[in-house]
Amino acid sequence: MRITQGCFSFLPDLTDEQISRQVQYCLEQGWAVNIEFTDDPHPRNNFWEMWGLPMFDLRDAAGVMMELNECRKVYGNSYIRLSAFDSSHGWESVRLSFIVNRPKEEPGFRLDRHEVAGRNIRYTTSSYAADRPEGRRYG
Amino acid sequence: MDLDIAPMTDAVNLRDELEAVGIEEILSQLDRELIGLRPVKTRIREIASLLLIERIRKRMGLASEAPTLHMSFTGNPGTGKTTVALRIASILHRLGFVRRGQVVSVTRDELVGQYIGHTAPKTKEILKKAMGGVLFIDEAYYLHRPDNERDYGQEAIEILLQVMESQREDLVVILAGYGDRMDKFFASNPGFRSRIAHHIDFPDYADDELLAIAELMLRDMNYGFTSDARAEFVRYIALRKTQPLFSNARSIRNALDRLRLRQANRLVAGLDRVLTADDIRSIEASDVLASRVFGKGGKSAEAG
Repeated sequence: MRITQGCFSFLPDLTDEQISRQVQYCLEQGWAVNIEFTDDPHPRNNFWEMWGLPMFDLRDAAGVMMELNECRKVYGNSYIRLSAFDSSHGWESVRLSFIVNRPKEEPGFRLDRHEVAGRNIRYTTSSYAADRPEGRRYG
Repeated sequence: MDLDIAPMTDAVNLRDELEAVGIEEILSQLDRELIGLRPVKTRIREIASLLLIERIRKRMGLASEAPTLHMSFTGNPGTGKTTVALRIASILHRLGFVRRGQVVSVTRDELVGQYIGHTAPKTKEILKKAMGGVLFIDEAYYLHRPDNERDYGQEAIEILLQVMESQREDLVVILAGYGDRMDKFFASNPGFRSRIAHHIDFPDYADDELLAIAELMLRDMNYGFTSDARAEFVRYIALRKTQPLFSNARSIRNALDRLRLRQANRLVAGLDRVLTADDIRSIEASDVLASRVFGKGGKSAEAG
């Protein structure tokens, strides 16, 4: 099951050229672009690991693409996303985030029904991939 | 090079093309504002012409591989290496050979780390900032310390070389430094020499060029020599040149700063005068003559 989160996730995967254009847009807005990766695809997983430091003061997307390619070499079979941080006063938060790399196979999510008092049901989603230990989730 | 791609053409009017790019303006500005440096200007013109033709070839579908644009500037201190680097960046930008045209100017400190594992991220960060523009490495020979084989400079050099080769279309690297030491640097890092297409040597300025530079600087600051002062400054230049640590235009700039200091002091000393704009503008012979260069035959290096 293809996970959808962040911008553009209902579109076909972006090509490098398209990613580069988006990054250039972010840089022109004065946002710092970060590269993050994870192998826990749960939508509530907010804490992705950072690849290097946030890239402030860049002028051209080529620098981000260089780092992204490095990251892909190491974590090519995980999720990698780019996020753009706006440091200007009043925003100070992430303005744009999109997935740029995903594992070859995404096994999807299991729905657990937890029966509680009064025949009520509580639902939990958990990723099949996350059943395996960290680092071994996508083969 | 993501310039808007014009439709394929068979015939191109060179003059139109030149004007469209606006390169002539920068080149003539270079001629006007940079005094002397004949060989450097010729070389820049050649490079600009080559790039212009390359651009037209591309439009005609005769594309060849992206030209190597990395350069090395060698010359004595104060011969205008940094100034020219800034101009080169804007020429390359107009012609579309670098996308953004910024110049990131660094020295060894900004590239080389202080402990193991510090150098690579540091160098890469600088490289990322310079992407789409020009990376100007001043006094590049400090990157290589032949006496210490475990120096982290070598690591920075390796990363630089790799990016210079693999991302030629993203980044232009300009190395600058004094002639003899750069030669030694290239001799011990043959990889650099072969990856750099343009070796440009900056000659020292002649006396009359230094005077012209001084007058240009003064004009920019809204000052001017009186005719006596000019004659004395000619003598000053000749004397200063024979002293140690003479660094061409930079020494001239420093001398002018001190002249302004003495002129201000002279004006303030006569409190009861009424000053005209001319008085405030003009630098007189006495201001120049007060310099220590005329004194004991130059014992102190950068003094007065």
